[in-house]
Amino acid sequence: MNYQLKHLQELEAEAIFVIREVYSQFQNPAILFSGGKDSIVITHLAKKAFWPAKIPFPLVHIDTGHNFPETIEYRDNLVNELGVKLIVGSVQESINKGRVAEETGLNASRNALQTTTLLDTIEQYKFDACMGGARRDEEKARAKERFFSHRDDFGQWNPKNQRPELWNLFNGRKNQGEHFRVFPISNWTEMDVWQYVLSEGIELPSLYFSHEREVFLRNDAWISVGPYVELRENEISVKKIVRYRTCGDMPITGAVESNATTLEQVIQEIAATRTTERGSRADDKRSETAMEDRKKQGYF
Amino acid sequence: MELLRFTTAGSVDDGKSTLIGRLLFDSKAIFEDQLEQVKGSSERKGLDHIDLSLLTDGLKDEREQGITIDVAYRYFATPKRKFIIADTPGHIQYTRNMVTGASTANVALILVDARKGVIEQTYRHSFLASLLQIPHIIVCVNKMDLVEYAEEAFQKVVEQYEAFASKLAVKDIRFIPISALKGDNVVNRSEKMDWYQGATLLYNLESIHIGSDENHIDTRFAVQTVIRPHTDEYHDFRGYAGRIDGGIIRVGDELQALPSGLKSVVSNIYLGDKAMEEAFAPMSVTITLKDDIDISRGNMLIRLNNQPEKVKEFDAMMCWFNEKPFNPNTKYILRHTTSDAICKIQEVIYKMDISTLTRNNEDKNISMNDIFKAKIRTNIDLFIDPYQRNRKTGSIILIDEATNETVAGGMIS
Repeated sequence: MNYQLKHLQELEAEAIFVIREVYSQFQNPAILFSGGKDSIVITHLAKKAFWPAKIPFPLVHIDTGHNFPETIEYRDNLVNELGVKLIVGSVQESINKGRVAEETGLNASRNALQTTTLLDTIEQYKFDACMGGARRDEEKARAKERFFSHRDDFGQWNPKNQRPELWNLFNGRKNQGEHFRVFPISNWTEMDVWQYVLSEGIELPSLYFSHEREVFLRNDAWISVGPYVELRENEISVKKIVRYRTCGDMPITGAVESNATTLEQVIQEIAATRTTERGSRADDKRSETAMEDRKKQGYF
Repeated sequence: MELLRFTTAGSVDDGKSTLIGRLLFDSKAIFEDQLEQVKGSSERKGLDHIDLSLLTDGLKDEREQGITIDVAYRYFATPKRKFIIADTPGHIQYTRNMVTGASTANVALILVDARKGVIEQTYRHSFLASLLQIPHIIVCVNKMDLVEYAEEAFQKVVEQYEAFASKLAVKDIRFIPISALKGDNVVNRSEKMDWYQGATLLYNLESIHIGSDENHIDTRFAVQTVIRPHTDEYHDFRGYAGRIDGGIIRVGDELQALPSGLKSVVSNIYLGDKAMEEAFAPMSVTITLKDDIDISRGNMLIRLNNQPEKVKEFDAMMCWFNEKPFNPNTKYILRHTTSDAICKIQEVIYKMDISTLTRNNEDKNISMNDIFKAKIRTNIDLFIDPYQRNRKTGSIILIDEATNETVAGGMIS
């Protein structure tokens, strides 16, 4: 036998270790579940970490009300199958309560509003650690994020005062009211996630595979025609064979033209692609430090 | 495909960012939209070239000041290996970031400017790599294009480096003449240095033997948590979950639990629902034993005839991370594997001047970025190995009880 792990096995071992540390170091942890492939992988890793026991965390979904219906359907099936608790934080409710106001203007979206709903949900349920599927290769501010990322009692991130993280030693100690965001798959790349999904036979929402969809071109991205977007002047909807590389909100997540209907085909396509997966998300393009700014506020 | 983690340290002047940019770019890990963004930012800053450091320096402050403050992690892959780069700032005031980046690395890349030769920063970075027991050092003699690709310039650096390398604990040191800017010997072989018979940097990174970097001799398994499903099907299931810190564990092995000393035999090893005959470091597994013995988080499973040292007092090389200086009257929380203790630093034995590699026995004041040897006393027994033998059972962090911040990291002597 060769006593050397393959890269996916090593990344998996690291992620499972981190998830188990979360369980051991915190009283009331949760998984932030967006319905995207990264949070699906986190949930799968949590299942492996505690088998034959059930996943000891609830899944928390921040529902913008602008989700793809495929995402919601997938979420509900998964929760049923795993027998875990689902907690939904609703952006619509935050709007109704006057906690946030709907953005107006040309590029309005509910992306930024999620932060308030997320922080309110964390406070309401007193979660002290929220695990997410963010990866360091996604975005430059995320490249600096720790596995155990401290949030003050306003839910804010201070990138300049992050705790050093050495070896396998994670420090989740905190004061009352503070919490942690934990990113077990920090060291994974988009390709690693896809390869892992393939090797573990993880089922994904149908959005990730090519299908016919009515779309229109906005800010260089193919946006799905749907209930939450209105076509502007000069925007014409067309039918295209597309798939999604990430699952954000329907009005701001761009699809890519693709004929990849199987995981193997998707992986081949990613191997050849020359743009990042977040390149098709309008939320990251608002400014050069859009992600860092949102993260400081308490975003995912 | 294997995973190799390497660390780099340095400032923009060394060509570190250019080198990383070159590795990422030539291995196609930089995407078009990232490049477009960096091009745009470079133009806004009034630069006439693409500043590749903007790829790695992600925080607003870093981009504004044009410096690397924190550790940035970068990823790329070739058909042979997947790489994680811990890119750290090189200035002495960021020693703690270098230590952090080095703690999990297999390889350290040290950059030397061929024109300047070995300088203070070279000593410092090499010493830190050696202190953190990075098994391999690759010295990249950079900017060969500015010394007319002359062998003498390269040899001079090699001689200078070897003169002090005998003081380092690193056994595998390699030298490569490169030009990160022009791409010589980074990914592709240089046509301008026929006198160099060795391999390119990327080839070295792809082929360096890392199979022995994990300890597969001394069985160590720190328990993270105990899995008890309480379901009808698995009513009596009691699994010890953890990541193997050292050695190989097989079904049928007799193990001892520390500190209780109770013994039992491994009945199953699981990864998820998959049962395995054996598992080895650094796998995360769940182990069940034949007997119901009392084991909880912080306990360690080991082999009878291969014991770690049981101590309440030990020496360690420490690095201080916090802005608040070390206070000799304070008790700190000490974390070692999965167990927590309370500790006091009994004595600062000496402080290291990491620019001159000399010991200072007089000055015992410890503040941020200081490297020092300390005598540490704990309230409970710890089961330790020397860091040199096992990075996981030989390392500790100290946490300030008042602020909860990680204030120091240490390597057990």
